Amino acid sequence: MKELNELNLPSSVRYHDDHEWVSVSAPYRLGISDFAQDALGDLTFVEMPEVGTRLTRGEEFGTLESTKSVSPLLSPVNGTVKAVNEELNDNPGLVNSDPYGAGWIIEIEMNPGELDGLMDAAAYKAHLESEGGH
Amino acid sequence: MSGEFKTPGQSGLILNEKLLWESGRKGRSAMSPVVSGLPPVSLPPDLAGDGPDWPDLSEQQVARHYTRLSTWNFGVDTGTYPLGSCTMKYNPKINEEMANLPGFVKAHPLLPAEAVQGELRLMYELEQFLAEIVGLKAASLQPGAGAHGELCGMLMIAACHRHHGQNRSKVLMPDTAHGTNPATAAMCGYSEVKVPLGPKGFMEYATVEKLMTDEVAGLMVTNPNTLGLFESELHRITEMIHQRGGLVYGDGANLNAIMGRVDLGRLGVDVVHYNVHKTLSTPHGGGGPGAGPVAVGDRLLPYLPGPRVVKNGDRYEWKEDLPLSIGRLHGFHGQFRVLVRAYAYILSMGPELKTASDLAVLNANYIKEKLKDVYDLPFDQPCMHECVFTNAKQAAARVSTLDIAKGLIDLGFHPPTIYFPLVVDSAIMIEPTETESKEDLDAFIAAMRQVAEEVRQNPETLHQAPARTFRSRLDETSAARRPILTGDMG
Amino acid sequence: MLGPSEIRGNLLNNWSVIMRYLPHTSDDVKEMLSAAGAGSLDDLFASVPPESRRLSPLNLPGPLTEWDLRARLENMADGGDWQVFVGAGSYAHQVPALVPYLAGRSEFLTAYTPYQPEMSQGTLQAVFEFQTLVSRLTGLQVTNASMYDGATALAEASLMAQRVTKRSSLAVSELVHPHWREVLSTYLAPRKDLELLLLPADAEGRTDYSALASLEKPAALLVQSPNFLGVIEDLSRAAEAVHQAGGLLVAGFSEPFAYGLLKSPGAQGADIAVGDGQSLGLGQGFGGPGLGLMSAKNDLVRQMPGRLVGRTVDKNGRPGFVLTLSTREQHIRRSKAVSNICSNAGHCALTAAMFMAAIGGTGFRGMARANLELAEYLKAGLLKIGFKPLSPAPTFNEFALTAPAGFAQKHEELKKSKILAGLPLSRWYAKFNGAWLFGVTETRTRADIDAFLAEVKS
Repeated sequence: MKELNELNLPSSVRYHDDHEWVSVSAPYRLGISDFAQDALGDLTFVEMPEVGTRLTRGEEFGTLESTKSVSPLLSPVNGTVKAVNEELNDNPGLVNSDPYGAGWIIEIEMNPGELDGLMDAAAYKAHLESEGGH
Repeated sequence: MSGEFKTPGQSGLILNEKLLWESGRKGRSAMSPVVSGLPPVSLPPDLAGDGPDWPDLSEQQVARHYTRLSTWNFGVDTGTYPLGSCTMKYNPKINEEMANLPGFVKAHPLLPAEAVQGELRLMYELEQFLAEIVGLKAASLQPGAGAHGELCGMLMIAACHRHHGQNRSKVLMPDTAHGTNPATAAMCGYSEVKVPLGPKGFMEYATVEKLMTDEVAGLMVTNPNTLGLFESELHRITEMIHQRGGLVYGDGANLNAIMGRVDLGRLGVDVVHYNVHKTLSTPHGGGGPGAGPVAVGDRLLPYLPGPRVVKNGDRYEWKEDLPLSIGRLHGFHGQFRVLVRAYAYILSMGPELKTASDLAVLNANYIKEKLKDVYDLPFDQPCMHECVFTNAKQAAARVSTLDIAKGLIDLGFHPPTIYFPLVVDSAIMIEPTETESKEDLDAFIAAMRQVAEEVRQNPETLHQAPARTFRSRLDETSAARRPILTGDMG
Repeated sequence: MLGPSEIRGNLLNNWSVIMRYLPHTSDDVKEMLSAAGAGSLDDLFASVPPESRRLSPLNLPGPLTEWDLRARLENMADGGDWQVFVGAGSYAHQVPALVPYLAGRSEFLTAYTPYQPEMSQGTLQAVFEFQTLVSRLTGLQVTNASMYDGATALAEASLMAQRVTKRSSLAVSELVHPHWREVLSTYLAPRKDLELLLLPADAEGRTDYSALASLEKPAALLVQSPNFLGVIEDLSRAAEAVHQAGGLLVAGFSEPFAYGLLKSPGAQGADIAVGDGQSLGLGQGFGGPGLGLMSAKNDLVRQMPGRLVGRTVDKNGRPGFVLTLSTREQHIRRSKAVSNICSNAGHCALTAAMFMAAIGGTGFRGMARANLELAEYLKAGLLKIGFKPLSPAPTFNEFALTAPAGFAQKHEELKKSKILAGLPLSRWYAKFNGAWLFGVTETRTRADIDAFLAEVKS
């Protein structure tokens, strides 16, 4: 596992304490943080919702699978699924290799105010420290 | 010579072998031809097909193919196999001979009762033995394996509640439970209510008492639990559950610890399954067939699967008129030839089954004491038939539980169960069973200590282990990302 | 002088004979107790509260010596010497000596589920080959490592179809093996959301699909071919009917040999095929263990229950095999798993693979042909002595006939000569009162059939 100072935590996104991120401006994409992809290990399958699915903050909208685990994807915002990253069907490893770029998971239609409850990179880093995962 | 090696592991004469169809050539056969000597019959062309494209091989090719494959495998007959929760005890050879008696192999399941008095007697007696061993009233042999026995038990619990007009939707289970427990409960339409572990490694009465509402159908519990610890408050818990209208499912995965020592009837268990490939010595066969007979007390007896074998004077018969029975769970009468082995084992041991349990518990405690200075033991107290360590003392050297397991392979041992139970981080769960000799236990202990020493000296060898097997560590991620599940894919 | 058993008995006070499966000597036990810090074996059970303890010794016969055990069981194994002229889900077939011989190798027999792939490449490759051979039989791309038996495979397939389609209602042909339908009902009993429609037989002894239209959103249509009357169903028509309604076709079979001559379920449009592989080298074994077979279209694999073996490579790039797609299973997904199954019929699958390898595609087809010819010969013989066909439709190695008056009596008499002359269908179907199910395989010769016909006629 990566040490805290080895993690890539860009400031172009906002973070949720369940380790999802959402981009700060439209198009609003959602993915999982470097911390999360590192903790889950090599992903083998990403189960994504259908376009048009309603998202509710705190509720499960998909799952991430590695060879030995299944983890729920929880929505950090309210909104609607506008697009899903079809690339992940053939190459789920993109979530590991490029979690903030080619490894995005869904694109969301939402009110910009939804970002208010989320953390910036510094706050997220402090959150990880306080969780004591390292 | 024999004094020169400390562990059984050694690189050997390992041969390569192709996939079956890579050796075939049309026109070969490993079987005498079958001809009827009758005129050919044709089927309508819209239904007729070409038959499967299976390779044609000679008898020797088939013999070599599987003999070579077998050399890449490790069984209980090869060496110590201390898989926790799996009870890999010795599989007696007389049991194989008995299961392969032509009278059993060739018996049609729908022969009239007068033709199969021996088979019916075996089933009848085995049911009685199974009830006696756990202190319950009756048994059914229908379930096809342990998880199927669980399904049987929970279907009976559901049927019993339905019969009494009770609509209960939840089942309690401790967080040490095997994954089959929540999966089985879900198949019966129940949602799971987790009972958190108490500080001593088992459920506490007060915790369960708070969770036991009138929505709860009952409790699923493995005892001893998957930490190898006896649920010492269970007798009080079951009494309370019964008072509140619930029923108790006993997961029998760990019965090998308690035969002749514990009375599940007194303990308040309403139904328990056996894993005959664990407790009753039938071979696991690399993934079955098992058999998962269930034993029940009075409360659930009317709900047992049917038909049932009954004794009428000195004759054995089928009884089909069972109004409350949950019905059939198997195409015929259960895994009969597996059950023959279990019956033979019980007769071979008799009341000494208690000694088997006693020594299984002794062996686990012996290993626990001999390893606890080098491996972290999260619950340092007397255990039952298995003990649970972790890699906490090795983690600083970045050696995982998986690495420790793979290191053991190179020393000639099957690894213990790893990463289970989930309540312990990176668990190493060791179940030696009673059939391992003290010399073999000592050799296993020495190998575990050798691995711990390797972690201190040269942890990198463990990341590379196993190095002496036919194949090194396999890429499970690629296997799951792009599944190739037959020779005709990818 | 005391014998060794008495010595151990005296020391431990709970040994009466030398137990051949328990290796510890009294010295071993003494030393180990001391290492474990216990004074006696009783001490090891101190954590068992008095309220949970057993109060009496185990009341079991034995311990028996190996030879006493053998004598007892040889005396009980009495079901193998009947001449059985019926299948009904259990079939006598020739098995080459090679198959049980190889299957008995303890490296296969005494291994656990292949959780540690480096120590189980033998089992894993054999299962991968099994999956491939069964897929070629069923004509569907993926096959799991097995289920308990055909009946439970059918029940699991119906649950799988419900997950795939996110629908709950099912249509099942009444000509599916009655025991398999009973198992299905047992599985479905707690499901309140479910509608189960029984499709009747038509005049030809095939399933009548017309009532399927009454189900608004069927998850699946469950058909067996050849069906319980031995009749070969038109699976293509079944597929068309259920696909139109947006459901899946689950095609069952109890006699795999039929597919030595028939179009595979996959080729006829089945989405899932389930069957029992008992015919593939396993012996009848008084009904168990059988071998649950399950194949499906590739895109359904994530909803498939059971173990799957996949091909991969090792660290050094060499080909090898692992259990894969385990996230479907109970040990990972727990209450959301696709099934609770773990141990299946692994060794039966291995044995069946050995049988399929031994018989080969050519031999399988030849044996299937012999079954069809012998069954037609038996059918013609019975028709000649007064039986009437229940249906004119083509059959494989079993068939249903209406018996002439007095046959029930004859059936009883023949039991005295250890001949089972078919089974009465009234046992399972009131509507087929007076009709009987017969069957024959290559284990009987033309001469056996002639002798049987003479007995029935007499």
